[in-house]
Amino acid sequence: MLAGHRTWIFEHKPVILSTGTVGGPFEANGAIAEDFDLLHADLWLGQDSYEKAHKVLFEEACQKAMEKGGIQKDQVQFILAGDLINQITPTSFASRTIGSPYFGLFGACSTSMEGLALGAYIVNTKGAKYLLTGASSHNTAVEKQFRYPTEYGGQKPPTAQWTVTGAGAALLSDSGDGPRVTSATIGRVIDMGLTDPFNMGGAMAPAAVDTIEAHLKERNVEPSYYDLIVTGDLGQIGREVSMDLFKKHGTPISEEQYQDCGLMIYREGQPVLAGASGAGCSATVVYGHLLNRMKKGEFKRMLVVATGALLSPLSFQQNETIPCIAHAVSIEYGGDQLT
Amino acid sequence: MIYFWAFVVGGLICVIGQIMFDVFKLTPGHTLSALVVIGALLDGFGLYEPLIDFAGAGATVPITSFGNSLVHGAMQEAEKHGLVGVLTGMFEVTSSGISSSIIFAMIGALLFKPKG
Amino acid sequence: MSNNQKKQLTPVQQEYQKLQKQREIKRPVVKNCIKAFLTGGLICLIGQLISDFYIYYFDFTEQTAGNPTVGTLIFIAMLLTGFGVYDRMAQFGGAGTAVPVTGFGNAVISPAIEHRSEGFVLGVGGNMFKLAGAVILFGVFSAFVIALIKTILIQWGGL
Repeated sequence: MLAGHRTWIFEHKPVILSTGTVGGPFEANGAIAEDFDLLHADLWLGQDSYEKAHKVLFEEACQKAMEKGGIQKDQVQFILAGDLINQITPTSFASRTIGSPYFGLFGACSTSMEGLALGAYIVNTKGAKYLLTGASSHNTAVEKQFRYPTEYGGQKPPTAQWTVTGAGAALLSDSGDGPRVTSATIGRVIDMGLTDPFNMGGAMAPAAVDTIEAHLKERNVEPSYYDLIVTGDLGQIGREVSMDLFKKHGTPISEEQYQDCGLMIYREGQPVLAGASGAGCSATVVYGHLLNRMKKGEFKRMLVVATGALLSPLSFQQNETIPCIAHAVSIEYGGDQLT
Repeated sequence: MIYFWAFVVGGLICVIGQIMFDVFKLTPGHTLSALVVIGALLDGFGLYEPLIDFAGAGATVPITSFGNSLVHGAMQEAEKHGLVGVLTGMFEVTSSGISSSIIFAMIGALLFKPKG
Repeated sequence: MSNNQKKQLTPVQQEYQKLQKQREIKRPVVKNCIKAFLTGGLICLIGQLISDFYIYYFDFTEQTAGNPTVGTLIFIAMLLTGFGVYDRMAQFGGAGTAVPVTGFGNAVISPAIEHRSEGFVLGVGGNMFKLAGAVILFGVFSAFVIALIKTILIQWGGL
């Protein structure tokens, strides 16, 4: 059902039956390592290129999700997923292995929630019984494409972020027990004229604020309805700037309630500058750590807002600014739910 | 004494580069290209060779010396053969930097895998 | 960003950028300059030692020692790049590692190592100069213009 201009309310509340999260060595050393299903000791995963390793990450996340959900791959109606690599080849090649019908998505680092929103809509309208959705990223494959060769001596400024090597996949179904997807608000492309590709957080914050405020208005809830409003990868700067914008607009979101996946995944002391980023950041933190906490009963309602910066290395060279987008999906478990 | 000046002059040229990075927000590509051109200009005015006499490696190691060597090679040939010498002489003095980069890059690609 | 682009920003965008600037972590310029000075100075000092080594133990003069010195420094850059050390040094030293000729070597060697997965011809060969190409282009072209002007001035003006 459409509420307002761009919010979907899912009356049948699709269930996240199971999830699969896979990470690399940096994540294994990070703050939420126990919430990963599989962790790798190096970036190659036994492959001979970073891009092939990237594909394996997503394959494994999907396989884990299906395994934990007790589903065979030929029962999955659709895969809705994407990554940051050109032509989203890692996800496409992984879907070749899995074999289910496939929608390739590109939302940069907002892909995880783009997939969850669309996937929930399809399951809610009885368009699928089982559906896999997720996103992934690989640090060195992304650096090679967007920035510099990994061994190049380029000094990163303190506003830069560290791309997560990880994949998160969720198995959605129309029935079963698990956290439920209750609504989604789709983002618009927002561009505040920023141009620095080493400061993604500052560029993405307005998109997150725009989507969150539209969601609260169109779903007709106060921010306090949610125990947690968590962004994908705004990092330290993006989080602070968005809090400033909330205060300016009079939206009552508290510091404790407003978290960021990019600030949760790594420990103090890991050299990640302003925080983590990448399509795999929100996917691994939400589908692993946050849903685990939710299932333990630590909180009942969260709004996940994955944020993406829609630039390319070429657009930067052509002096283009950085347009961004944010997609919000609400996940609820236990407690009274709005219909 | 030359060790001291090599350290100081080399360090100062790098500070100019760092200012281009941090204050002017230029990429390494832009910064190094600018420094090479500055080196070429300084040799055009006859100022780089005295700097090399004074600071030794502090002037020959930074990338500015690449610009200097190119102009030097071109001028040497031009003195002998006129304008054509500008084209033919350019890489005479500076060949080591480029050929060793290419050779060691190939060897590196054969031996090493990126570490991330 | 040029001033022209700044004028094309809407009031909303300009206001946001002002707000964002307050939260943006500023680059530690002075600290970076000091680190660049120390790192770059050290590399040049090592270059001087290598140069003297070639002068005293081999048959090089002060004029000709430059070439083997540069070659040796780039060899060292290859080892540091290949062992994954150069990029960590560079995060500390910034321009101190990028400006010396070792930085040029690193800029050629790192894409060569990285793109081996695409083969030696298209990968290594096709990408080797993607970072250093600009330096070679502008070095050669500016040297050409300067030498041309100087030669013409000498021939015609008796400089």
